[in-house]
Amino acid sequence: MATTSRTRKRPESQQATGARRTRPKGRSGTDADTGAELLGHYRQMLLVRRFEERTAQAYTEAKIGGYCHLNLGEEATVVGLMAAVTERDYLFTNYRDHGYALVRGMDPGRVMAELYGRSDGVSRGWGGSMHLFDTEVRQLGGYGIVGGQLPLAAGAGLAISYRGGDEVVLCQMGDGTTNIGAFHESLNLAALWDLPVVFVVVNNQLGMGTTVEMASAEPELSKRAGAYRMESARVDGNDVLAVREAATKAVERARTEQKPYLLETVSGRLRGHSVVDPATYRDPAEVEEVRSQDPVTALHDHLVGTEVADADTLAELDAEIGGIVKAAVEFAENSPSPDPTSLFDHTYATPVPNDSRRLPADPLFPLDPTAGA
Amino acid sequence: MAHISYRQALHDTLRSELQRDENVLLMGEEIGRFEGSYKITAGMLDEFGPKRVRDTPIAEEGFTGAAVGAAMLGLRPVVEIMTINFSLLALDQIMNHAAKIYGMFGGQCSVPMVIRTPGGGGQQLAATHSQNVELFYAFTPGLKVVAPSSPADAKALLLASIRDDDPVLFLENLALYNTKGEVPDTDEPGEIGRAAVTRTGSDITLVGYSRMAHVALQVAERLAADEGIEAEVVDLRSLRPLDRQTVVDSVKKTNCAVVLEDDWLTYGIGAELAASISDGAFDWLDAPVRRVAMAEVPLPYAKPLESAALPSADDVVTVIHQTLDAVGRRSDRVGAR
Ligand SMILES: Cc1ncc(C[n+]2csc(CCOP(=O)(O)OP(=O)(O)O)c2C)c(N)n1
Ligand SMILES: [Mg+2]
Repeated sequence: MATTSRTRKRPESQQATGARRTRPKGRSGTDADTGAELLGHYRQMLLVRRFEERTAQAYTEAKIGGYCHLNLGEEATVVGLMAAVTERDYLFTNYRDHGYALVRGMDPGRVMAELYGRSDGVSRGWGGSMHLFDTEVRQLGGYGIVGGQLPLAAGAGLAISYRGGDEVVLCQMGDGTTNIGAFHESLNLAALWDLPVVFVVVNNQLGMGTTVEMASAEPELSKRAGAYRMESARVDGNDVLAVREAATKAVERARTEQKPYLLETVSGRLRGHSVVDPATYRDPAEVEEVRSQDPVTALHDHLVGTEVADADTLAELDAEIGGIVKAAVEFAENSPSPDPTSLFDHTYATPVPNDSRRLPADPLFPLDPTAGA
Repeated sequence: MAHISYRQALHDTLRSELQRDENVLLMGEEIGRFEGSYKITAGMLDEFGPKRVRDTPIAEEGFTGAAVGAAMLGLRPVVEIMTINFSLLALDQIMNHAAKIYGMFGGQCSVPMVIRTPGGGGQQLAATHSQNVELFYAFTPGLKVVAPSSPADAKALLLASIRDDDPVLFLENLALYNTKGEVPDTDEPGEIGRAAVTRTGSDITLVGYSRMAHVALQVAERLAADEGIEAEVVDLRSLRPLDRQTVVDSVKKTNCAVVLEDDWLTYGIGAELAASISDGAFDWLDAPVRRVAMAEVPLPYAKPLESAALPSADDVVTVIHQTLDAVGRRSDRVGAR
């Protein structure tokens, strides 16, 4: 990291294994090992679900400002991806970043504090919902400019490769992002220079209101990899194990062979593009279809159906997660707002003479009361 | 001291920084095999190899952004963008990313990188290849922008830029590459954010940067020799931060100023300087601050048209004369001779 990063162990529950595993048969895998893993994944998916629902509520209460995009419907994808990387790997995402932050191991209270614009927020109240950043968990930013994170991720891969490291960069983006120039430039660079970057297209089938078919001449987005001789895969983004397995393969390949990879996960968006979007443009049948594939409900029913856990146990888990989210909100509520005197604290990392510190009504030069008299 | 060209000063400094710090690497189009469009990086691929001197595809947004990402992990990339015109393709990565990452994430991660790029019209390159758009970068908090006009400053400010932890846009100029000057042998970094008074005088203040700071000095020497007018020249050297105090202090001494700029007048850097002077030295001013700037057209190819549009030394002299006439000072001066 360019700045000194404090090191902190992530909780045991969030330590992902880079180990190879045999593929459980989708949701029908029943061995005890998979059952316990699935339960762990369910817990994290539920954390994302309840956190996002609470976030939407806080937004309507005007506790949160600006743009606010939720991972509702993408929980299996988020958790599956995060299970495939180790704590030494780096993550870049777009603005739809709350779930990644939580599963990656940022403190839920500090994430919520960032949404609230408070001084304990992960980005000290400077970034907000779209710009969660924490050097400790190596999540190097949510980015609000579509495609902006892609060249950065390639560059992080370059730094790793330059130093002969074995970390991997995971770069998340949306389906709509595959049409911006930075997508092409970054994938080409990563392939040309053998950079350890896994590009993940989270295909939730919508830009804002724009469908994949409306925007992409080749709607099977993973096929874009062919232009860069890059390996790729397309998986069911509602299946946490399928995502985990595909991402693990991609990450391992990047780590051991220093080759980039393009992974596409296909899921759906349960709400509007952002919390203020009523999504009236959507076909009710399509929305119903997405709802019927809700990954959290599906995994709940699977866990009960395969007797990994009974409904009561899962309800208790839900209550426990509810407590975590409640505590996060309380933490955010109690965190102080940033002090306006800190406004000029981080314009520059290296202090420089003559940097402007004037407030809107300040004069450029001290007013001279005798002048003009 | 060595008497070397601006180009040589840049070349030697890049080379010594590559030798000094393993984290420094060069990236850009045609900088290795082709040795640089303007040969600043001549011989470097052979000496340092393709890992440290990295030819990139024609992808300004991609490789500039990759440099930002690499800098976030602690490398110190020095990017060459062939000319500042092409930096427009990387505008998103420069303005929205390089400039924002330190502040927007609450000071957690700095971006220690340099973007070297030459500006400059007057080479008959027509409209898209003759612009000076450093204004966009000078406008942007989070970036530092330096624009040296002499070989010595080129060296000192390049050292400072590479060693600085913030993204620095390092503005060069096509017309300056072959100019020569004394350059100290020691590796003493200059100070970003400080202007320099490169000539003292009491009659009028001339303010410029990059090529126009050079023109200002030439004009000042000519006026002193021909007319006994003593102009003070302020070379901004740094466009962000902007050292307004040095400019204002000079105007308080001379009571009038002409601002030279190599780009369009409206909304330009000269406008910022004129406003700053009026804020800081209103009661000292004997005449309005005049700006000498490019005609507001896309720069044409045909030489007579191009020459008409670009500010020349004669244009500067004309405006200085008009300003001194307005305050009645030139007749004194001429009469006194
Ligand atoms: C360069 C740019 N253009 C437009 C926007 C406005 N915008 C924000 S999100 C979005 C849709 C992106 O869709 P996708 O990549 O599929 O991501 P999703 O929101 O589905 O996660 C648009 C157009 C932007 N932020 N950046
Ligand atoms: Mg989308």
